[in-house]
Amino acid sequence: MIEVVDLYKSFNDHPVLKGINLRVDEGKTLALIGGSGKGKSVLLKIIIGLMRPDRGKVLIDNQDIGRLRGKALKRLKERCGIVFQGGALFDSLTVFENIAFPLEEKTRMKASQIRDTVMRELARVGLSGSETKYPAEISGGMKKRVALARCLVMNPEIVLFDEPTTGLDPLIGKAIHKLIRECQKSLNFTAIIVTHEIPAIFSMVDRVAMLFDGKILAEGTPGEIETTKDPVIHQFIHGELEGPITIQ
Amino acid sequence: MNWIFAPFKFFGSITHRFIRELGRMGCFFAESLFWMAFPPYLMQRIVRRIHFIGVKTSSVIVLTGAFTGMVMALQVYYVLVKFGAEASLGPVVALSLIRELGPVISALMVIGCAGSALTAEIGIMRITEQIDALDAMALNPYKYLIIPSLLAGVISLPLLNAIFVTVGVFGGYAVGVGLMGISSGTYFGGIRDFVEAKDILEGIYKSLSFGVLITLISCYKGYYTGYGAEGVSKATTQAVVLSSVTILVWDYFMTSILVT
Repeated sequence: MIEVVDLYKSFNDHPVLKGINLRVDEGKTLALIGGSGKGKSVLLKIIIGLMRPDRGKVLIDNQDIGRLRGKALKRLKERCGIVFQGGALFDSLTVFENIAFPLEEKTRMKASQIRDTVMRELARVGLSGSETKYPAEISGGMKKRVALARCLVMNPEIVLFDEPTTGLDPLIGKAIHKLIRECQKSLNFTAIIVTHEIPAIFSMVDRVAMLFDGKILAEGTPGEIETTKDPVIHQFIHGELEGPITIQ
Repeated sequence: MNWIFAPFKFFGSITHRFIRELGRMGCFFAESLFWMAFPPYLMQRIVRRIHFIGVKTSSVIVLTGAFTGMVMALQVYYVLVKFGAEASLGPVVALSLIRELGPVISALMVIGCAGSALTAEIGIMRITEQIDALDAMALNPYKYLIIPSLLAGVISLPLLNAIFVTVGVFGGYAVGVGLMGISSGTYFGGIRDFVEAKDILEGIYKSLSFGVLITLISCYKGYYTGYGAEGVSKATTQAVVLSSVTILVWDYFMTSILVT
Protein backbone atom coordinates (compact mmCIF):
# COMPACT_ATOMS: atom_id res chain seq x y z
CA MET A 1 0.00 0.00 0.00
CA ILE A 2 1.22 3.49 -0.87
CA GLU A 3 0.19 6.41 1.29
CA VAL A 4 1.21 10.01 0.70
CA VAL A 5 0.63 12.27 3.69
CA ASP A 6 0.63 16.08 3.56
CA LEU A 7 3.47 16.30 1.04
CA TYR A 8 5.12 19.60 0.07
CA LYS A 9 7.83 20.28 -2.50
CA SER A 10 9.21 23.55 -3.88
CA PHE A 11 11.85 24.40 -6.47
CA ASN A 12 13.64 27.75 -6.07
CA ASP A 13 10.88 29.06 -3.80
CA HIS A 14 8.26 28.01 -6.33
CA PRO A 15 5.85 25.61 -4.62
CA VAL A 16 4.91 22.63 -6.81
CA LEU A 17 3.24 20.30 -4.33
CA LYS A 18 1.23 21.98 -1.58
CA GLY A 19 -0.04 19.30 0.73
CA ILE A 20 -0.68 16.11 -1.24
CA ASN A 21 -2.69 13.34 0.41
CA LEU A 22 -3.13 10.14 -1.55
CA ARG A 23 -3.61 6.44 -0.93
CA VAL A 24 -3.29 3.45 -3.25
CA ASP A 25 -4.30 0.06 -1.90
CA GLU A 26 -2.29 -3.06 -2.55
CA GLY A 27 -2.81 -4.56 -6.00
CA LYS A 28 -4.80 -1.56 -7.20
CA THR A 29 -4.09 0.84 -10.05
CA LEU A 30 -4.44 4.59 -9.72
CA ALA A 31 -4.35 7.06 -12.60
CA LEU A 32 -2.89 10.42 -11.69
CA ILE A 33 -4.15 13.12 -14.02
CA GLY A 34 -3.51 16.85 -14.11
CA GLY A 35 -2.02 19.65 -16.18
CA SER A 36 1.47 19.50 -17.68
CA GLY A 37 4.29 20.71 -15.46
CA LYS A 38 2.12 20.64 -12.36
CA GLY A 39 4.20 18.18 -10.35
CA LYS A 40 2.93 14.71 -11.26
CA SER A 41 6.37 13.39 -12.20
CA VAL A 42 7.85 15.08 -9.12
CA LEU A 43 5.31 13.23 -6.98
CA LEU A 44 6.31 9.90 -8.58
CA LYS A 45 10.01 10.63 -7.98
CA ILE A 46 9.32 11.44 -4.33
CA ILE A 47 7.27 8.25 -3.92
CA ILE A 48 10.12 6.11 -5.26
CA GLY A 49 12.77 7.95 -3.23
CA LEU A 50 14.56 9.78 -6.06
CA MET A 51 13.68 13.16 -4.54
CA ARG A 52 13.14 14.25 -0.98
CA PRO A 53 10.07 16.25 -0.05
CA ASP A 54 10.31 19.54 1.85
CA ARG A 55 7.62 18.34 4.23
CA GLY A 56 5.28 15.39 4.62
CA LYS A 57 5.88 11.70 4.15
CA VAL A 58 5.45 8.76 1.81
CA LEU A 59 4.54 5.50 3.47
CA ILE A 60 5.03 2.23 1.64
CA ASP A 61 3.50 -0.57 3.69
CA ASN A 62 3.67 1.82 6.66
CA GLN A 63 7.41 2.45 6.20
CA ASP A 64 8.29 6.13 5.80
CA ILE A 65 10.59 6.21 2.76
CA GLY A 66 11.98 9.63 3.82
CA ARG A 67 13.29 8.22 7.09
CA LEU A 68 14.92 5.14 5.59
CA ARG A 69 18.65 5.10 4.94
CA GLY A 70 21.22 2.65 3.62
CA LYS A 71 20.17 -0.97 3.28
CA ALA A 72 16.59 -0.41 4.43
CA LEU A 73 16.06 2.18 1.68
CA LYS A 74 17.77 -0.12 -0.81
CA ARG A 75 15.46 -3.00 0.12
CA LEU A 76 12.41 -0.80 -0.26
CA LYS A 77 13.59 0.52 -3.64
CA GLU A 78 14.11 -3.07 -4.79
CA ARG A 79 10.41 -3.67 -4.27
CA CYS A 80 9.53 -0.77 -6.55
CA GLY A 81 9.97 -0.08 -10.24
CA ILE A 82 9.45 2.95 -12.42
CA VAL A 83 8.90 3.35 -16.14
CA PHE A 84 10.21 6.79 -17.02
CA GLN A 85 8.60 9.10 -19.56
CA GLY A 86 11.41 8.71 -22.09
CA GLY A 87 12.19 5.12 -21.13
CA ALA A 88 15.56 6.05 -19.57
CA LEU A 89 17.19 3.11 -21.33
CA PHE A 90 20.98 2.94 -21.09
CA ASP A 91 21.95 4.07 -24.56
CA SER A 92 25.30 2.30 -24.57
CA LEU A 93 23.61 -1.08 -23.98
CA THR A 94 21.51 -3.19 -26.34
CA VAL A 95 17.87 -4.02 -25.64
CA PHE A 96 18.95 -7.40 -24.23
CA GLU A 97 21.65 -5.84 -22.05
CA ASN A 98 19.24 -3.18 -20.78
CA ILE A 99 16.76 -5.80 -19.55
CA ALA A 100 19.52 -8.06 -18.26
CA PHE A 101 21.23 -5.19 -16.40
CA PRO A 102 19.21 -5.32 -13.14
CA LEU A 103 19.41 -9.13 -13.12
CA GLU A 104 23.19 -9.07 -13.55
CA GLU A 105 23.69 -6.41 -10.92
CA LYS A 106 21.08 -7.39 -8.35
CA THR A 107 20.85 -11.17 -8.52
CA ARG A 108 23.17 -14.16 -8.58
CA MET A 109 21.47 -15.74 -11.57
CA LYS A 110 23.56 -17.69 -14.05
CA ALA A 111 24.05 -16.30 -17.56
CA SER A 112 21.74 -18.96 -19.02
CA GLN A 113 18.99 -18.13 -16.52
CA ILE A 114 19.38 -14.42 -17.25
CA ARG A 115 19.11 -15.14 -20.96
CA ASP A 116 15.93 -17.18 -20.50
CA THR A 117 14.36 -14.53 -18.24
CA VAL A 118 15.19 -11.69 -20.61
CA MET A 119 13.83 -13.60 -23.62
CA ARG A 120 10.64 -14.37 -21.70
CA GLU A 121 10.20 -10.69 -20.80
CA LEU A 122 10.89 -9.65 -24.38
CA ALA A 123 8.24 -12.11 -25.57
CA ARG A 124 5.80 -10.75 -22.99
CA VAL A 125 6.17 -7.20 -24.33
CA GLY A 126 6.14 -8.41 -27.94
CA LEU A 127 9.73 -7.60 -28.78
CA SER A 128 11.26 -10.99 -29.52
CA GLY A 129 13.96 -10.56 -32.13
CA SER A 130 14.90 -7.01 -31.07
CA GLU A 131 17.42 -8.00 -28.44
CA THR A 132 20.53 -6.96 -30.37
CA LYS A 133 19.25 -3.48 -31.22
CA TYR A 134 20.38 -0.33 -29.40
CA PRO A 135 17.84 2.16 -27.99
CA ALA A 136 18.71 4.63 -30.77
CA GLU A 137 17.66 2.03 -33.36
CA ILE A 138 14.15 1.39 -32.04
CA SER A 139 10.91 3.41 -32.10
CA GLY A 140 9.37 5.31 -29.18
CA GLY A 141 6.78 2.62 -28.60
CA MET A 142 9.42 -0.10 -28.56
CA LYS A 143 11.49 1.93 -26.08
CA LYS A 144 8.51 2.15 -23.72
CA ARG A 145 8.02 -1.61 -23.98
CA VAL A 146 11.70 -2.30 -23.32
CA ALA A 147 11.52 0.03 -20.31
CA LEU A 148 8.46 -1.87 -19.09
CA ALA A 149 10.27 -5.19 -19.56
CA ARG A 150 13.34 -3.88 -17.67
CA CYS A 151 11.10 -2.76 -14.85
CA LEU A 152 9.08 -5.98 -14.65
CA VAL A 153 12.06 -8.33 -14.89
CA MET A 154 12.69 -7.83 -11.17
CA ASN A 155 9.05 -8.63 -10.26
CA PRO A 156 8.37 -5.38 -8.40
CA GLU A 157 5.44 -5.08 -6.00
CA ILE A 158 4.91 -1.42 -6.89
CA VAL A 159 5.27 0.03 -10.38
CA LEU A 160 5.07 3.72 -11.24
CA PHE A 161 4.43 4.76 -14.83
CA ASP A 162 5.35 8.28 -15.91
CA GLU A 163 3.29 9.01 -19.01
CA PRO A 164 3.80 5.58 -20.59
CA THR A 165 2.01 6.46 -23.84
CA THR A 166 3.06 10.07 -24.42
CA GLY A 167 4.29 10.66 -27.94
CA LEU A 168 2.89 7.41 -29.32
CA ASP A 169 0.20 6.99 -31.94
CA PRO A 170 -3.26 5.93 -30.65
CA LEU A 171 -2.87 2.31 -31.69
CA ILE A 172 0.48 1.81 -30.03
CA GLY A 173 -0.75 3.80 -27.02
CA LYS A 174 -3.70 1.44 -26.71
CA ALA A 175 -1.40 -1.57 -27.07
CA ILE A 176 0.82 -0.25 -24.25
CA HIS A 177 -2.23 0.31 -22.03
CA LYS A 178 -3.41 -3.23 -22.74
CA LEU A 179 0.06 -4.54 -21.97
CA ILE A 180 0.22 -2.66 -18.67
CA ARG A 181 -3.22 -3.96 -17.72
CA GLU A 182 -2.26 -7.56 -18.60
CA CYS A 183 1.00 -7.33 -16.67
CA GLN A 184 -0.80 -5.80 -13.70
CA LYS A 185 -3.35 -8.60 -13.70
CA SER A 186 -0.78 -11.36 -14.00
CA LEU A 187 1.79 -9.93 -11.58
CA ASN A 188 -0.69 -8.15 -9.28
CA PHE A 189 1.53 -5.14 -8.60
CA THR A 190 0.27 -1.86 -7.18
CA ALA A 191 0.50 0.84 -9.83
CA ILE A 192 0.32 4.59 -10.24
CA ILE A 193 0.02 5.78 -13.82
CA VAL A 194 0.65 9.42 -14.63
CA THR A 195 -1.18 10.03 -17.86
CA HIS A 196 -3.01 12.42 -20.15
CA GLU A 197 -4.83 9.61 -21.97
CA ILE A 198 -8.32 10.63 -20.95
CA PRO A 199 -10.81 8.95 -21.10
CA ALA A 200 -8.92 5.86 -22.41
CA ILE A 201 -7.21 5.37 -19.06
CA PHE A 202 -10.53 5.21 -17.17
CA SER A 203 -11.26 1.72 -18.46
CA MET A 204 -8.06 0.23 -17.08
CA VAL A 205 -7.62 1.70 -13.60
CA ASP A 206 -9.35 1.21 -10.27
CA ARG A 207 -9.17 4.82 -9.15
CA VAL A 208 -8.37 8.24 -10.55
CA ALA A 209 -6.86 11.24 -8.76
CA MET A 210 -6.59 14.72 -10.18
CA LEU A 211 -3.69 16.99 -9.23
CA PHE A 212 -4.53 20.67 -9.44
CA ASP A 213 -2.77 23.68 -7.96
CA GLY A 214 -0.35 21.46 -6.00
CA LYS A 215 -3.11 19.45 -4.31
CA ILE A 216 -5.26 16.42 -5.01
CA LEU A 217 -8.46 18.09 -6.11
CA ALA A 218 -10.50 14.89 -6.29
CA GLU A 219 -10.01 11.15 -6.01
CA GLY A 220 -12.48 8.43 -6.82
CA THR A 221 -13.46 5.67 -9.18
CA PRO A 222 -13.28 6.43 -12.90
CA GLY A 223 -17.09 6.63 -12.94
CA GLU A 224 -17.15 9.16 -10.13
CA ILE A 225 -14.52 11.33 -11.79
CA GLU A 226 -16.23 11.16 -15.17
CA THR A 227 -19.60 12.22 -13.76
CA THR A 228 -18.34 14.81 -11.30
CA LYS A 229 -19.91 18.26 -11.31
CA ASP A 230 -16.61 19.93 -10.29
CA PRO A 231 -16.01 22.54 -13.03
CA VAL A 232 -12.21 22.13 -12.96
CA ILE A 233 -12.30 18.35 -13.42
CA HIS A 234 -15.09 18.62 -15.96
CA GLN A 235 -13.12 21.13 -18.01
CA PHE A 236 -9.92 19.09 -17.76
CA ILE A 237 -11.27 15.68 -18.71
CA HIS A 238 -13.34 17.10 -21.56
CA GLY A 239 -10.48 19.27 -22.80
CA GLU A 240 -12.54 22.45 -22.88
CA LEU A 241 -10.73 25.75 -23.38
CA GLU A 242 -13.32 27.80 -21.48
CA GLY A 243 -13.53 27.27 -17.74
CA PRO A 244 -11.78 27.82 -14.43
CA ILE A 245 -8.44 26.42 -15.70
CA THR A 246 -6.54 29.09 -17.57
CA ILE A 247 -3.81 28.17 -20.00
CA GLN A 248 -0.59 30.08 -19.31
CA MET B 1 18.83 53.88 -1.40
CA ASN B 2 18.80 50.65 -3.36
CA TRP B 3 21.60 51.78 -5.64
CA ILE B 4 23.95 52.06 -2.64
CA PHE B 5 23.44 48.40 -1.78
CA ALA B 6 23.32 47.13 -5.37
CA PRO B 7 27.10 46.45 -5.70
CA PHE B 8 27.15 44.70 -2.30
CA LYS B 9 24.16 42.64 -3.32
CA PHE B 10 25.86 41.75 -6.60
CA PHE B 11 29.16 40.68 -5.03
CA GLY B 12 27.32 38.97 -2.21
CA SER B 13 25.31 36.94 -4.69
CA ILE B 14 28.44 35.95 -6.64
CA THR B 15 30.30 35.00 -3.45
CA HIS B 16 27.29 33.02 -2.23
CA ARG B 17 27.04 31.13 -5.52
CA PHE B 18 30.78 30.43 -5.54
CA ILE B 19 30.79 29.11 -1.97
CA ARG B 20 27.69 27.00 -2.62
CA GLU B 21 29.27 25.49 -5.76
CA LEU B 22 32.51 24.81 -3.88
CA GLY B 23 30.61 23.19 -1.03
CA ARG B 24 28.60 21.02 -3.39
CA MET B 25 31.76 19.95 -5.18
CA GLY B 26 33.39 19.16 -1.83
CA CYS B 27 30.40 17.05 -0.84
CA PHE B 28 30.49 15.31 -4.22
CA PHE B 29 34.17 14.47 -3.76
CA ALA B 30 33.66 13.37 -0.16
CA GLU B 31 30.77 11.13 -1.19
CA SER B 32 32.86 9.63 -4.00
CA LEU B 33 35.67 8.86 -1.53
CA PHE B 34 33.18 7.46 0.98
CA TRP B 35 31.66 5.03 -1.52
CA MET B 36 35.13 4.10 -2.76
CA ALA B 37 35.80 2.59 0.64
CA PHE B 38 33.07 -0.03 0.20
CA PRO B 39 32.87 -2.96 -2.21
CA PRO B 40 31.83 -4.01 -4.79
CA TYR B 41 34.64 -2.71 -6.95
CA LEU B 42 33.38 -2.87 -10.49
CA MET B 43 36.62 -3.93 -12.17
CA GLN B 44 35.07 -4.31 -15.60
CA ARG B 45 33.78 -0.73 -15.45
CA ILE B 46 37.16 0.55 -14.24
CA VAL B 47 38.94 -1.19 -17.13
CA ARG B 48 36.39 0.26 -19.58
CA ARG B 49 37.01 3.72 -18.14
CA ILE B 50 40.79 3.26 -18.41
CA HIS B 51 40.21 2.44 -22.06
CA PHE B 52 37.99 5.52 -22.40
CA ILE B 53 40.37 7.92 -20.66
CA GLY B 54 43.76 6.31 -21.25
CA VAL B 55 43.81 4.30 -24.46
CA LYS B 56 41.68 6.69 -26.50
CA THR B 57 43.91 9.64 -25.55
CA SER B 58 47.22 7.85 -26.13
CA SER B 59 47.54 8.69 -29.84
CA VAL B 60 47.12 12.42 -29.10
CA ILE B 61 49.63 12.10 -26.27
CA VAL B 62 52.21 10.50 -28.59
CA LEU B 63 51.71 13.22 -31.19
CA THR B 64 51.85 16.16 -28.78
CA GLY B 65 54.69 14.57 -26.81
CA ALA B 66 56.83 14.17 -29.92
CA PHE B 67 56.32 17.73 -31.11
CA THR B 68 56.73 19.23 -27.63
CA GLY B 69 60.09 17.46 -27.28
CA MET B 70 61.12 18.54 -30.76
CA VAL B 71 60.21 22.19 -30.33
CA MET B 72 61.80 22.26 -26.86
CA ALA B 73 65.04 20.91 -28.29
CA LEU B 74 64.97 23.43 -31.12
CA GLN B 75 64.34 26.44 -28.86
CA VAL B 76 66.72 25.39 -26.11
CA TYR B 77 69.53 24.44 -28.51
CA TYR B 78 69.88 28.00 -29.88
CA VAL B 79 69.93 29.46 -26.36
CA LEU B 80 72.49 26.92 -25.15
CA VAL B 81 74.73 27.57 -28.14
CA LYS B 82 75.09 31.20 -26.99
CA PHE B 83 76.61 29.94 -23.73
CA GLY B 84 78.53 27.12 -25.36
CA ALA B 85 76.49 24.67 -23.35
CA GLU B 86 74.78 22.70 -26.11
CA ALA B 87 75.88 19.47 -24.40
CA SER B 88 73.23 20.21 -21.76
CA LEU B 89 70.42 19.88 -24.31
CA GLY B 90 69.43 16.34 -23.18
CA PRO B 91 69.00 17.11 -19.47
CA VAL B 92 67.27 20.44 -20.11
CA VAL B 93 64.71 18.84 -22.44
CA ALA B 94 64.26 15.80 -20.19
CA LEU B 95 63.93 17.75 -16.94
CA SER B 96 61.45 20.22 -18.45
CA LEU B 97 59.37 17.35 -19.76
CA ILE B 98 59.57 15.18 -16.65
CA ARG B 99 58.91 17.88 -14.06
CA GLU B 100 56.60 20.29 -15.84
CA LEU B 101 55.57 19.91 -19.45
CA GLY B 102 54.79 16.19 -19.36
CA PRO B 103 52.28 16.26 -16.51
CA VAL B 104 50.69 19.57 -17.53
CA ILE B 105 50.36 19.04 -21.29
CA SER B 106 49.24 15.41 -20.95
CA ALA B 107 46.62 16.58 -18.41
CA LEU B 108 45.41 19.29 -20.81
CA MET B 109 45.17 16.70 -23.60
CA VAL B 110 43.15 14.38 -21.34
CA ILE B 111 40.83 17.27 -20.49
CA GLY B 112 40.25 17.95 -24.19
CA CYS B 113 39.83 14.33 -25.22
CA ALA B 114 38.33 12.47 -22.28
CA GLY B 115 37.26 15.06 -19.67
CA SER B 116 34.85 16.82 -22.00
CA ALA B 117 33.45 13.49 -23.23
CA LEU B 118 33.02 12.31 -19.64
CA THR B 119 31.01 15.42 -18.74
CA ALA B 120 28.86 15.12 -21.85
CA GLU B 121 28.23 11.41 -21.29
CA ILE B 122 27.24 11.78 -17.64
CA GLY B 123 25.28 14.94 -18.43
CA ILE B 124 23.25 13.18 -21.12
CA MET B 125 22.65 10.30 -18.72
CA ARG B 126 21.35 12.84 -16.21
CA ILE B 127 18.95 14.66 -18.56
CA THR B 128 17.61 11.42 -20.06
CA GLU B 129 16.96 10.08 -16.53
CA GLN B 130 19.42 7.19 -16.91
CA ILE B 131 21.04 8.17 -13.59
CA ASP B 132 17.59 8.24 -11.97
CA ALA B 133 16.97 4.80 -13.48
CA LEU B 134 20.13 3.48 -11.80
CA ASP B 135 19.04 5.01 -8.52
CA ALA B 136 15.53 3.60 -8.88
CA MET B 137 17.04 0.13 -9.33
CA ALA B 138 18.69 0.65 -5.93
CA LEU B 139 22.10 0.85 -7.64
CA ASN B 140 24.49 3.54 -6.49
CA PRO B 141 25.30 5.94 -9.38
CA TYR B 142 28.60 6.83 -7.68
CA LYS B 143 29.68 3.19 -7.85
CA TYR B 144 28.69 2.84 -11.50
CA LEU B 145 29.72 6.17 -12.96
CA ILE B 146 31.91 8.30 -10.74
CA ILE B 147 34.28 5.96 -8.89
CA PRO B 148 35.36 3.96 -11.99
CA SER B 149 36.12 7.27 -13.75
CA LEU B 150 38.02 8.61 -10.76
CA LEU B 151 40.14 5.46 -10.43
CA ALA B 152 40.71 5.31 -14.18
CA GLY B 153 41.92 8.92 -14.11
CA VAL B 154 44.36 8.19 -11.29
CA ILE B 155 45.71 5.13 -13.12
CA SER B 156 45.76 6.60 -16.64
CA LEU B 157 47.31 10.03 -16.08
CA PRO B 158 50.73 8.87 -14.78
CA LEU B 159 50.91 6.31 -17.60
CA LEU B 160 49.99 8.88 -20.24
CA ASN B 161 52.53 11.24 -18.69
CA ALA B 162 55.20 8.53 -18.94
CA ILE B 163 54.37 8.01 -22.62
CA PHE B 164 54.42 11.78 -23.23
CA VAL B 165 57.82 12.22 -21.55
CA THR B 166 59.38 9.20 -23.29
CA VAL B 167 58.19 10.27 -26.71
CA GLY B 168 59.16 13.87 -25.95
CA VAL B 169 62.70 12.87 -24.98
CA PHE B 170 63.04 10.96 -28.25
CA GLY B 171 61.55 13.93 -30.11
CA GLY B 172 64.26 16.09 -28.58
CA TYR B 173 66.79 13.43 -29.54
CA ALA B 174 65.61 13.51 -33.16
CA VAL B 175 66.16 17.27 -33.34
CA GLY B 176 69.27 17.51 -31.14
CA VAL B 177 71.13 14.51 -32.56
CA GLY B 178 69.52 14.19 -35.98
CA LEU B 179 69.37 17.85 -36.98
CA MET B 180 71.78 19.75 -34.75
CA GLY B 181 74.55 17.20 -34.68
CA ILE B 182 74.93 16.60 -30.94
CA SER B 183 76.25 13.14 -30.23
CA SER B 184 73.88 10.50 -29.02
CA GLY B 185 76.07 9.74 -26.00
CA THR B 186 76.13 13.41 -24.95
CA TYR B 187 72.33 13.64 -25.16
CA PHE B 188 71.53 10.51 -23.14
CA GLY B 189 74.61 10.76 -20.90
CA GLY B 190 73.50 14.19 -19.74
CA ILE B 191 70.03 12.87 -18.98
CA ARG B 192 71.50 9.99 -16.97
CA ASP B 193 73.72 12.35 -14.97
CA PHE B 194 71.21 15.07 -14.19
CA VAL B 195 67.80 13.42 -13.93
CA GLU B 196 67.19 12.11 -10.42
CA ALA B 197 64.50 9.92 -8.94
CA LYS B 198 62.93 12.91 -7.16
CA ASP B 199 62.38 14.62 -10.53
CA ILE B 200 60.49 11.60 -11.81
CA LEU B 201 58.52 11.39 -8.55
CA GLU B 202 57.55 15.05 -8.88
CA GLY B 203 56.05 14.30 -12.29
CA ILE B 204 54.23 11.24 -10.97
CA TYR B 205 52.75 13.13 -7.99
CA LYS B 206 51.55 15.86 -10.30
CA SER B 207 49.97 13.39 -12.73
CA LEU B 208 48.22 11.54 -9.93
CA SER B 209 46.71 14.73 -8.54
CA PHE B 210 45.77 15.96 -12.02
CA GLY B 211 44.02 12.63 -12.65
CA VAL B 212 41.88 13.15 -9.56
CA LEU B 213 41.12 16.80 -10.37
CA ILE B 214 40.21 16.25 -14.03
CA THR B 215 37.88 13.30 -13.46
CA LEU B 216 36.36 14.88 -10.36
CA ILE B 217 35.53 18.16 -12.11
CA SER B 218 34.34 16.44 -15.30
CA CYS B 219 32.10 13.99 -13.43
CA TYR B 220 30.79 16.71 -11.12
CA LYS B 221 29.85 19.04 -13.98
CA GLY B 222 28.10 16.18 -15.80
CA TYR B 223 26.33 14.93 -12.68
CA TYR B 224 24.90 18.37 -11.90
CA THR B 225 24.30 19.45 -15.48
CA GLY B 226 21.57 21.91 -16.39
CA TYR B 227 18.47 21.15 -18.41
CA GLY B 228 18.47 20.05 -22.03
CA ALA B 229 21.14 20.14 -24.70
CA GLU B 230 22.13 23.67 -23.70
CA GLY B 231 22.69 22.55 -20.12
CA VAL B 232 24.98 19.73 -21.25
CA SER B 233 26.90 21.99 -23.63
CA LYS B 234 27.38 24.59 -20.85
CA ALA B 235 28.47 21.90 -18.40
CA THR B 236 31.00 20.53 -20.91
CA THR B 237 32.49 23.98 -21.55
CA GLN B 238 32.63 24.71 -17.82
CA ALA B 239 34.31 21.35 -17.16
CA VAL B 240 37.02 22.01 -19.75
CA VAL B 241 37.68 25.59 -18.61
CA LEU B 242 37.56 24.82 -14.88
CA SER B 243 39.74 21.70 -15.23
CA SER B 244 42.36 23.55 -17.31
CA VAL B 245 42.52 26.53 -14.94
CA THR B 246 42.59 24.29 -11.88
CA ILE B 247 45.42 22.21 -13.35
CA LEU B 248 47.57 25.29 -13.98
CA VAL B 249 46.89 26.81 -10.55
CA TRP B 250 47.37 23.48 -8.76
CA ASP B 251 50.58 22.90 -10.73
CA TYR B 252 52.03 26.14 -9.36
CA PHE B 253 51.26 25.17 -5.76
CA MET B 254 52.53 21.62 -6.22
CA THR B 255 55.73 22.87 -7.85
CA SER B 256 56.34 25.37 -5.05
CA ILE B 257 55.88 22.63 -2.45
CA LEU B 258 57.85 19.91 -4.24
CA VAL B 259 60.74 22.16 -5.29
CA THR B 260 61.31 23.47 -1.79
